[in-house]
Amino acid sequence: MRGALAGAQLKAALAAALALPTAALAADCPQTTLGDVEDEVMCSICGTPLGLASEAPQAQRERAYIERLIADCRSKDEIKRALVAQFGESVLALPGDAGDDNGIEDTLVYVIPALGIVLAGAGIAFAATRWRRRPKPGTAGPTGDSGRVDLDMERYDL
Amino acid sequence: MRRLLAPIPIAVLAVVVALVALLAYGLASNEPDRGVEQALVAGGREPAPEFELPRLSGGGTASLADYRGKVVVLNFWASWCGPCKVESPLLQRWHERLVKRGGLVLGVDVQDISDDARAFVNEYGLTYPMLRDGPGDLRDDFGILGLPESFVIDRRGRIAAVVRGVVDDAFMRERVAPLLRERT
Repeated sequence: MRGALAGAQLKAALAAALALPTAALAADCPQTTLGDVEDEVMCSICGTPLGLASEAPQAQRERAYIERLIADCRSKDEIKRALVAQFGESVLALPGDAGDDNGIEDTLVYVIPALGIVLAGAGIAFAATRWRRRPKPGTAGPTGDSGRVDLDMERYDL
Repeated sequence: MRRLLAPIPIAVLAVVVALVALLAYGLASNEPDRGVEQALVAGGREPAPEFELPRLSGGGTASLADYRGKVVVLNFWASWCGPCKVESPLLQRWHERLVKRGGLVLGVDVQDISDDARAFVNEYGLTYPMLRDGPGDLRDDFGILGLPESFVIDRRGRIAAVVRGVVDDAFMRERVAPLLRERT
């Protein structure tokens, strides 16, 4: 009985000793995930970000490749560099990632949507102001012929 | 009329016109290049676009010009492409026949993981030369829309036939074999 217990303790000690380097290695491993990487790279043949290309065979191969690299303890930057080595710089999805940070298109990518949002907001505000100022039906306004003429002239901008 | 000339309607109209122009440009720029087919239908042969690519095995590069004087079946493929698996054994058989008569199959692995591509080559026992186009630069040059696609190039470097899809024995007999009798 005591021998069996000692054997079990020995096995547990051996297992712990074997697990230690693995745990240490895992702790050293750069923590990245498939989801983290696939948002920043393209499925080059689909022409969409990898995260959006769920069914395409090339996208599935690309994901499998990324997962292999993650399992191989590669950081996100290393994985992106490996993808560039495979598919060229067009695989990078984020503006500026391709190393052409001075390109005006990298700035425009952010400026144009912001400008669009500002313009849309201004348009909505303008329309809302006009809508609130319109005369409500049944409200008292100018009466008589002169009043109607005034209203018509205002309506047609005459 | 004055209301129509006010700044807001003009701005809205300008935005709509700009969006329609953008849409038209997008549609026009995505139109596939069918110049090769048009030339073939008219009885002509266009010169094949020149290229130089790394070998899939990793040992140096090769260009199309290296094979001038031979009949080349230039096959674009990828390991993730299902139909490519179907045609690979046929291409290997025909490569073995063509090599004896001044021709060859030249594979170009497109937008693929190189390890996957090499595993594919080993699995199907492909011995014809294999090049690698990781970024897919040749897709535009050859007007490639999908994979596989094959271009038959005559001894003078001109495109003599095209298959957008899987090649078969009939195509190889009727469109490739006669080119072997042509002189440079």
